[in-house]
Amino acid sequence: MSWAPAFLSNPERFMAFSRWAAPLLGAVALGLAIWGLSLGFNVPDDYQQGQTVRIMFIHVPAAWLCMFIYVCLAAASFLSLIFRHVLADAAAQAAAPLGAAFTFLALVTGSLWGRPMWGAYWVWDARLTSVLVLFLLYLAYMALRASLDDEAKAARAAAILALVGAINLPIVHFSVDWWNTLHQGASVFRAEGPTLAPVFLEPLLIMALAYMATFGALWLVRIRGEVWRRRAEAAALRAARA
Amino acid sequence: MSRLLALLGRETALAWGRGGGPLVAVGFYAGVTTFLPLAIGSEPARLAAIAPGAAWVALALASLLSLERLFERDYEDGALDQLFLSPVPLELTCLVKCLGQWLANGAPLALAAPVAAISLGAKPELGPLAFACALLGGLAFAFVGGIGAALSLGARRGGLLTAVIVLPLFVPPVIFGGGALDAFAGGLPWTGGFALLGAYALGAIAVGPIAMAAACRNALS
Repeated sequence: MSWAPAFLSNPERFMAFSRWAAPLLGAVALGLAIWGLSLGFNVPDDYQQGQTVRIMFIHVPAAWLCMFIYVCLAAASFLSLIFRHVLADAAAQAAAPLGAAFTFLALVTGSLWGRPMWGAYWVWDARLTSVLVLFLLYLAYMALRASLDDEAKAARAAAILALVGAINLPIVHFSVDWWNTLHQGASVFRAEGPTLAPVFLEPLLIMALAYMATFGALWLVRIRGEVWRRRAEAAALRAARA
Repeated sequence: MSRLLALLGRETALAWGRGGGPLVAVGFYAGVTTFLPLAIGSEPARLAAIAPGAAWVALALASLLSLERLFERDYEDGALDQLFLSPVPLELTCLVKCLGQWLANGAPLALAAPVAAISLGAKPELGPLAFACALLGGLAFAFVGGIGAALSLGARRGGLLTAVIVLPLFVPPVIFGGGALDAFAGGLPWTGGFALLGAYALGAIAVGPIAMAAACRNALS
């Protein structure tokens, strides 16, 4: 995929590409979500979790995605900071609220699952806490961006914060793990293969793809909006000068 | 080297002398510590259980307070431009600024930390460790906090923004220091948390100045 940044770095080409890629991804996301959800509603009850196992299909992909979006945010920030790439900055700016939204979704669905399973909406367990810290980091990124008036400065400051956060997040993750763990261990991404039963694994993976496509579609739409906004501002500036 | 020492003297003097210096941070620390029993209840058993952790959290918050002026003071009066133009690399300047901040605010807070912990009901034996943790943690707070202070240069409500940026980054040192103190209070091995706190502080000293300098260059551009 090394051609992708080079190909998409031209705003014109990006706009032409995303014009059809965004709706296409959206349609794919819708199809996958319908498929995955219908499978998810028809799985047998889990012998331990009963009905609540179905929350997993909307919770776990959100939790995966909120990490993945941060990686996207950090990568885009890196490109914009080092190569001063305008489109990369628009991508970082567009990714942050999406990341915050998916993190919020992961927290809310997790807490709804935790109530019947653990008997509490919230427990101060390691994974919950590190996802909460990730959420705070997204908020900090957006707050920093919003409170600097000069857009170019805000972009670079936010990019520095995103990279500092990227260094810190693994440490946060480790420190929170060290602190306490009550959450069950990983059951899909393991060296010896997933321990999750295939009936549950299939809808889960389909939903993960659906989430991924949703994020891709929304991200492209938001980057497009950002490009349009900047064009409109530049045009307004030109009109004011003339 | 003499330039750096002069800079360190200047930074420490400014952090110490202007706007109340360490008194503000220590006063805030004392205030938060006083609030805890008022809100939680004064039963010694209940207080003693949370004393080490509560004193540690109050310390992290108190370290936040004085960060706002760390770069803003020099940014407003143009001294930051001068430092930028000086032959000393901006990274080293930022490192020295944070060291000055630590000497003028972190060290007095570290002296107050055992007092706060013991007044909340921690065992007196905890005192030395509370001091050492506060000293080491103060280093981490100063260098991580400096990143937040440098990033929010030129922002409206910079102090509040610094807090929002920095608090998620304070999670590891708060966990490690609180873990060491809690383990010591419970009679468990505490050196692990203390060593990790030291490692985090060293990491912050290594990475922090690079990010701070980048943020300052951005603000000055």
